[in-house]
Amino acid sequence: MTEGRRQKAEGRKGDSPIHRFTHSPFFIALWFAMLFLPFKGIEGAFVLFVVLLTTVFILRFLAGYIRPLKKRLQDAGTLIIQNAKCKMQNIGAKSLIFLLILLLCLPFFAKDYFIDIAILSGIYIILAQGLNIVVGLAGLLNLGFVAFYAIGAYSYALLNTKLGLGFWTALPASVLFSTVLGFVLAFPALRLRGDYLAIVTLGFGEIVRLVLNNWDSLTKGPNGIGGIQRPYLSDIPLGKLSYYYYFILLFVILTIFVVRRVYSSRIGRAWVAIREDEIASSSIGIDTTAYKLYSFAFGAFWAGVAGTLFAAKMQFVSPESFTFMESVLILCMVILGGLGSIPGVIFGSVILVMLPEMLREIQLYRMLALGSGLVLLMIFRPQGLLGRR
Amino acid sequence: MFIQQLINGITVGGVYALIALGYTMVYGILELINFAHGEIYMLGAYLGIIILGFFTAVGLTSYSLPLALILTFVLSTIFCASYGFTIEKVAYKPLRNAPRLSPLISAIGVSIFLQNYVMLTQGATDKVFPHVLENEGFEINGIRVTYIQLFIIAASAVLMIFLHIFITRTRMGKAMRAVAQDKVMASLVGINIDTVISMTFVIGSGLAAVAGLMVAMYYGLVNYSIGYIAGIKAFTAAVLGGIGSIPGAMFGGILLGLVESLSAAYISSEYKDAYAFIILIIVLLIKPTGLFGKSHEEKV
Amino acid sequence: MYLLEVRDITKHFGGIRALEEVRFRVKEGSIMSIIGPNGAGKTTLFNCLTGITKTTKGNIFFLDTEITALKPHNIVRLGIARTFQNIRLFKEMSVIENVMVSQHCRTGSGLVASVLRNNVFKQEEKTIREKALEYLELSGIEDFAEVTAANLSYGSQKRLEIARVIATEPRLILLDEPTAGMNPQETLEMMGLIKNLQGLGKTIILIEHDMKVVMGISENIVVLDHGVKIAEGTPEDIRKNPLVIEAYLGKEH
Repeated sequence: MTEGRRQKAEGRKGDSPIHRFTHSPFFIALWFAMLFLPFKGIEGAFVLFVVLLTTVFILRFLAGYIRPLKKRLQDAGTLIIQNAKCKMQNIGAKSLIFLLILLLCLPFFAKDYFIDIAILSGIYIILAQGLNIVVGLAGLLNLGFVAFYAIGAYSYALLNTKLGLGFWTALPASVLFSTVLGFVLAFPALRLRGDYLAIVTLGFGEIVRLVLNNWDSLTKGPNGIGGIQRPYLSDIPLGKLSYYYYFILLFVILTIFVVRRVYSSRIGRAWVAIREDEIASSSIGIDTTAYKLYSFAFGAFWAGVAGTLFAAKMQFVSPESFTFMESVLILCMVILGGLGSIPGVIFGSVILVMLPEMLREIQLYRMLALGSGLVLLMIFRPQGLLGRR
Repeated sequence: MFIQQLINGITVGGVYALIALGYTMVYGILELINFAHGEIYMLGAYLGIIILGFFTAVGLTSYSLPLALILTFVLSTIFCASYGFTIEKVAYKPLRNAPRLSPLISAIGVSIFLQNYVMLTQGATDKVFPHVLENEGFEINGIRVTYIQLFIIAASAVLMIFLHIFITRTRMGKAMRAVAQDKVMASLVGINIDTVISMTFVIGSGLAAVAGLMVAMYYGLVNYSIGYIAGIKAFTAAVLGGIGSIPGAMFGGILLGLVESLSAAYISSEYKDAYAFIILIIVLLIKPTGLFGKSHEEKV
Repeated sequence: MYLLEVRDITKHFGGIRALEEVRFRVKEGSIMSIIGPNGAGKTTLFNCLTGITKTTKGNIFFLDTEITALKPHNIVRLGIARTFQNIRLFKEMSVIENVMVSQHCRTGSGLVASVLRNNVFKQEEKTIREKALEYLELSGIEDFAEVTAANLSYGSQKRLEIARVIATEPRLILLDEPTAGMNPQETLEMMGLIKNLQGLGKTIILIEHDMKVVMGISENIVVLDHGVKIAEGTPEDIRKNPLVIEAYLGKEH
């Protein structure tokens, strides 16, 4: 339909009394209040009705002002981000050094509680960078990413508690396990198109969790595995929180360093090409199957690293940490900051770890906020907060 | 034993099929995995408890149980249909021209929201369905069939037949098929795409509500998290049959129910939830388009 | 010497016969056109040549190597590259990145080299960039190197597709309607560009509807109708061929 015709059609619709009624603030508020009635009771529904009615009225009243304002805000937002980017390029080195010093000094002034959150953020940054390679670069929706994280964590847990292997011996082994698993899953899954791939990876994640949950003799089932050792650096145990913080920081920097270099290489370009247009990619000589496989394996590699670090930090693993919700959370980190952007993903991970911790009092509502936040993000800024376009 | 499991399997399979229909219809038209669909089913189950509880409180249940039950079914179906309608308008419609990933994420967002909303308002523990129907049944040769099982099988069959007639015979049904095949052409011949899409969500959600209610009656317990696992399984059923295909969803649902109950009985019940995924992966590897799906090559 | 030999290839989609025993040969260094009414099977033929669609029957040889069952990326490596009728660029990448990624099959840095950034890697990256600029210049869009591909004008997008094709270092280039949607001036420029490619020693097959282009630059023409080759010859032969006239204008003329 052409724009003019659509407007005409809508104009005609807008004139009919039924249409006018169903789009009136009164009706909209009533509709939503009715929807919530069974769960809220009459009182709750009435309050909701009043609140919605006023909100819709105010929004309608402001609509005339809002549209130009929104445009201006958007322009301003883009301008700020562009400016920030320019400045980042200009003083990039300086601000990076400043940030690094800040991070290095953190344990001297921050409370243990805060360092704990920082460690967790670090682990999630590594994890989310891994997923970003699969979803953000190669454009393959993986809804079972947590499986590789789980394999990394459980590998270290088992190697450490059953075989008594130390962190440094176990790390390569558990990373290898999750990478190989990435390959194993990718082989069959990559024959599938977009949504099918998403659902198969989801199923795979669930299978891994169910196995961990039910293989009592090996994994102790839902009780989990405890008594996992912290890593040693030569003879120094990294038991102290601040030591472990530096340890994680080192890994995060290493991850970003490696991932950044791969992004701007022949391999990174091939991944983006596949995301943009698979047929065109194969027509310029990219072995799309192989490169999708690499992206799965490379993503799984980082999940393995993150899993091992997680197990060593918590000294305890259980299937509860590796549910589908966890996969969704990691995906949110990648999407919130901006698919395919390294700083975006760091930003997304830190925000999603910090926010719930800071909003302890309203913790009950944080999942509600996450859910509606996702919807709003997709509608108003699908490219993520720091994404380009 | 075998026949007993067969009957249990068909009962559960009927429920899966009803939910799977919603997935397959939406996918057929929007190419969207409606992650929130499982939650509609969960809402249906909760609404059953709430509405029936209300009727018990006002004394309608003791006055006439069948009337109370019918009203419960009707009301929760209407509510769920409205939920489906509203979700589409709020969370999917603005994203109709967005990249494929966006509506999927939005759907996951809706799903998280609904799950947690119900958890907050109804509590995280299991809820018991009002004990209005005795778990009565009859036994033939040691095989026990309850009336609720019979009811579920019969109701699923009737609803599926109705849906089939609706899709093949009515104007709206034909419009739906047209939109599923080619949106642009359909709009050129005067079909209102928005209405068709809304209708799809209304019907799919209504079916899911019935499924939820029946399951609540069957098991007697409801939890805010049942939507996720049932949703995934129903989606598996839809893919098994070939997503987008309505007979495929019916067949896939029953097949999945059978496989689950038989393998739980003969192999191991611990991995009951994993069988669905294992079958899904195997089917997709052998025939990526599902059992009833049509293959399509990408146009260059 | 023949660069490409197509022996009786047939492609059926279900009951539709998209190609029926089509055969032709292409001389190295020549420009050949494939013409025919809409739905004649021209693009399907390209898809078969580049391995995107599998043929039902028949064989394709490129320099005496059979390529019939090869995967697209292996065919590109051997030296056949193509453009698409409905431009398929990597829209979110910049123009130069589009060309850089197209050198993929001619380069070989692996993961380890990318992370360590050793001299070999740096040298290769440098060459990739230099070559990319060179190809952009050849296609006349060097000014837009850093622009996001999606923001290019239609004509420039078509040129970028050609730059991308050259970057794969092919011996045979398949162009699917290179001048479609262009104004006369742009069409002339595109013809010049195609001639330039021939000057570089490339062999070219093009699908084209614009008869001025077809008659102006091709040495050999193959005419398809309903999947069947109905004529082949020089522009003069084709112009006079009654079968061709019938296919285009119907029997009455």
